[in-house]
Amino acid sequence: MNELTIEAGKTERQYWRDLWKYRELFYFLAWRDMLVRYKQTVVGVAWSVIRPLLMLIVLTVVFGKIGKLPSGGVPYPLLVFSGMLPWLFFSTALTECGNSLVSNSNLISKIYFPRLVVPASSVIVSLVDFLISALILVILLFWYRFIPSTNAVFLPLFVILAFGASFGVGLWIAALMVEYRDFRFIVPFVVQIGMYISPVGFLSSLVAERYARYQWLYSMNPMVGVIDGFRWCILGGEQALYWPALALAVGWVVVLTFSGIWYFRRTERTFADVI
Amino acid sequence: MSQPVITVENLSKRYLIGHQRARSDGFRHVIEAALRAPFKWFRSRHEEKQRQKEEFWALQNVSFEVCEGEVVGLIGRNGAGKSTLLKVLSRITEPTTGKIHLRGRVASLLEVGTGFHQELTGRENIFLNGAILGMSREEIKRKFDEIVAFSEIEKFLDTPVKHYSSGMYVRLAFSVAAHLDPEILIVDEVLAVGDVTFQNKCLGKMEEARARSRTVLFVSHNLAAIESFCSRGIVMQQGQVVFNGPCKDAIQFYLQGLRDNQTESHSDVIDLGAAAGRPPKYRPQLKKLELFDGNHQPLGGNLPAGGGLKALIHIELETPSANVDAELAFFSLSGQRLCTAHSAYEPNSTHERLEGRQVFVCQIPSLPLVPGEYKIRVGLDIALREVDCVEDATRLTVIQSDFYGTGVIPTQGSFLLQNHWTLNCGQEAAVL
Repeated sequence: MNELTIEAGKTERQYWRDLWKYRELFYFLAWRDMLVRYKQTVVGVAWSVIRPLLMLIVLTVVFGKIGKLPSGGVPYPLLVFSGMLPWLFFSTALTECGNSLVSNSNLISKIYFPRLVVPASSVIVSLVDFLISALILVILLFWYRFIPSTNAVFLPLFVILAFGASFGVGLWIAALMVEYRDFRFIVPFVVQIGMYISPVGFLSSLVAERYARYQWLYSMNPMVGVIDGFRWCILGGEQALYWPALALAVGWVVVLTFSGIWYFRRTERTFADVI
Repeated sequence: MSQPVITVENLSKRYLIGHQRARSDGFRHVIEAALRAPFKWFRSRHEEKQRQKEEFWALQNVSFEVCEGEVVGLIGRNGAGKSTLLKVLSRITEPTTGKIHLRGRVASLLEVGTGFHQELTGRENIFLNGAILGMSREEIKRKFDEIVAFSEIEKFLDTPVKHYSSGMYVRLAFSVAAHLDPEILIVDEVLAVGDVTFQNKCLGKMEEARARSRTVLFVSHNLAAIESFCSRGIVMQQGQVVFNGPCKDAIQFYLQGLRDNQTESHSDVIDLGAAAGRPPKYRPQLKKLELFDGNHQPLGGNLPAGGGLKALIHIELETPSANVDAELAFFSLSGQRLCTAHSAYEPNSTHERLEGRQVFVCQIPSLPLVPGEYKIRVGLDIALREVDCVEDATRLTVIQSDFYGTGVIPTQGSFLLQNHWTLNCGQEAAVL
């Protein structure tokens, strides 16, 4: 017989136990989001392939062919795609996570479950997209007959780092969005700009060469460390890993994730009233 | 009495409601002010916003206990705090002060079809909704066929829910929730939708829950359902519990609070000519009602249970008519018709042409109603078509009496039956 005491200001203790109890809900919400995405579409899952491919083509043409930026000795498409992979994951995860609470407002105002399930499950959907894009990367590697370096074993670590970055920022935005709907406009804007100030279409070493004075500012962006890390893993030691940037990225991710959870938990009790 | 499964102590819930500013700034002034002293302007706006928030206590010091197996009905006007109380009990929102202690798994049904996604099929939504309500995946798989059978939508299981009619939608949604089987079930007004068959099914399911000693907390405006289903009633008003006791008494308390300012006539002579309970389309042909008890004495407002009643209905016909009949009907306070006395039932009734003033005399040898308050309705029919009526013409209070001669009469239910009992000692049931 499970007993439960609800008291003003003392609901912490059951929360983490409840998260485990409601673990299946993670799966169900992610499953629902995946199903809903492609309902009534003709092309269906192929969109997950077509979108990154199109983006790859555009970026390669703009930065590689038109801009003629240096590629550090690897085929430009590979360079772009290995940067796109974490970026796409981050941007979709961030957008989905930020909107997750508001788009599930009917659940939040009518049913009890630990609210952390909602943003967490929204990130899982982006993970699926990421895996599909990773498959495309493998095909690209085959196409260019490029053997990935041994650093690839560290790839999972960088995936976790990307996950942490998107989850941390996503939690902040999700919690803030409940009360201040401005973020609905701010997030897409930030993501758009972010794609250009992160080394998606170009190499970080460019910044190191031409704008060495501002490299610290540039590295404040946690995705710089993540994307560089991805490139280092996939494309090999030619892509020097700028350690301070990575350290900054890890630092940011830790701070963002823990503070994100703290802020989320703090405002969670008013969600149902405000949403 | 077993240990309470729900204990609520001094529960209060406060909301802050904002108010629109009375005066609107001209846009030009706003820009001017902002440019002249930007920080001061921002801060003053923020402070004004805070000041304009008013405190609203949706719940105030609510305390009660519910024991295992009890079915408690929660009634009150709109805005009394019933839904807020359920939300706090379901942990959707936190209390401002107070404490709640729950023993057992709680499942809440605050809205039918929560979590349903329009694009998904019925099958997919069963899993989704079940998971959201707290069922594990195996549990849903196990009960899947039962759920589908209860909802009667087998044929449309694989169609997206957005194509369902509202009835199907509600049936499916309730069906999933009905198979939750928690120890404590909290239900809010979900019976308001759906047709009669469906409502009966829902009540049947809740009856099953009651039979299995599940505790149910039930909010509804359907007083008949509350009366038939709940053992205890809690009445709420403006965030406070104003009554907590047996269900029937709770309903009476609630209805008394709702009564119009119309003077409640408990007298024996009632003027029907200008009565408020007459539908506007009818012309007043019913003029007066007189009530007498079994001893032909004017009824002082109280009738002993099972006592005789005589009613005189004075009418004045506008045009001479044949086949004129009068009706005297008894209703429960919640509006359910209990029994009807109609002159057409009388074997010796007259069918000849009548005109002008007439008096119908209705004799009821024994009115077998259980002690309580009842409404009396008077009607006038010509050729079995109603031409005049007065709803709630007067109230009748039936009081305790020694109907059976044993000093005991029921308080639950509506009627007193004539029933005789014997015991066949120690024998197998033989055909008597």
